[in-house]
Amino acid sequence: MEIVKIIVVAIFVNNIVLAQFLGICPFLGVSNKVNTSLGMGAAVTFVMLIASIVAWLLQYGVLEPLHIGYMQTIVFILVIAALVQMVEIILKKISPALYQALGVFLPLITTNCAVLGVAISLVTKDYNLVHSVVFSISSAIGFSLALVLFAGMRERLELEDVPKAFKGVPIALITAGILAMAFMGFSGLM
Amino acid sequence: MTILTNGIIKNNPVFVLLLGMCPTLGTTTSAVNGMGMGLATMFVLICANLVISLLKKVIPGKVRIPAFIVVIASFVTILQLVMEAYLPDLYATLGLFIPLIVVNCIILGRAEAFASKNNAPSALLDGLGIGLGFTLALTALGAAREILGAGSIFGLKFMEGDGMLIFVLAPGAFIALGYLLVLFNKATAKLKTK
Repeated sequence: MEIVKIIVVAIFVNNIVLAQFLGICPFLGVSNKVNTSLGMGAAVTFVMLIASIVAWLLQYGVLEPLHIGYMQTIVFILVIAALVQMVEIILKKISPALYQALGVFLPLITTNCAVLGVAISLVTKDYNLVHSVVFSISSAIGFSLALVLFAGMRERLELEDVPKAFKGVPIALITAGILAMAFMGFSGLM
Repeated sequence: MTILTNGIIKNNPVFVLLLGMCPTLGTTTSAVNGMGMGLATMFVLICANLVISLLKKVIPGKVRIPAFIVVIASFVTILQLVMEAYLPDLYATLGLFIPLIVVNCIILGRAEAFASKNNAPSALLDGLGIGLGFTLALTALGAAREILGAGSIFGLKFMEGDGMLIFVLAPGAFIALGYLLVLFNKATAKLKTK
């Protein structure tokens, strides 16, 4: 039950983009087309899962036994940055096709606050390893879902005649607000 | 002087460059919270800019990004510890967004684009200018949301009742920022044609 609850809350109720405002940069930046946003979603899912596992192991294997919890921010961001580099190198070698598809998005993920945000929140929420894995995958699905939905809307917005001052980001933000309002309906689930 | 004013209007990190959107949307539930977040970011930005411009000859080009991140993360950790000790209430409200200053693209962006190429005094001014621009933008958005959502400003109530709660909740952040951007675009377009 606990696991089902984590999944539903992370995807719908507390959607990482629309309710927690993490990962807004890629949300606004690469959500012009449905295809690219699917690619970004896949890349983020991949990195977020690995980063969460590594962050959990570091927190309970290194930082807590040594009583250096205050080093958390520095350690986590370095791990994520190194991880992204490593994933990039390994992908290039093992699966050039996947690398081609995800390639451009990978360097961007280091500065995606959603990855660091998920790593820090699973520590503050005291999740065990299984819950952390479930939480990170569901958060990533929530991210991808918001991104793809929003990309679909923006593809249609392109064709609309929008007043000049609203063109581009302002109308995108207002649309995102309406999408966030729709997601608020899910809070009745819990 | 131009370095200082550049960051406030022409290169305003939020309204023009559209950087640092996560804390902009996530922490501006009231004018005070927005201002607190802006000042916290400004502290890290100024310190990181200063240290990076002083170290620019020591840091090898190939590993400069990880080196910048370590400098920024160190100042964020200092900020976290100081805020937890002296401003526990604000620290609790801003929560996750304090450690997330590390991944704020404004700071890394300024380190890469400005501090690593200029001397210490101008890097300091640049940090101050961009930091002020960021703080002003966040305070403005926080104030707009607080006025519409709670009928108060900086915690001072001037209206009866609760206001439109939606502006304090998540969707209001997107909508309020969208309309503020429209106003900003209109105002700068007017200035340009004059």
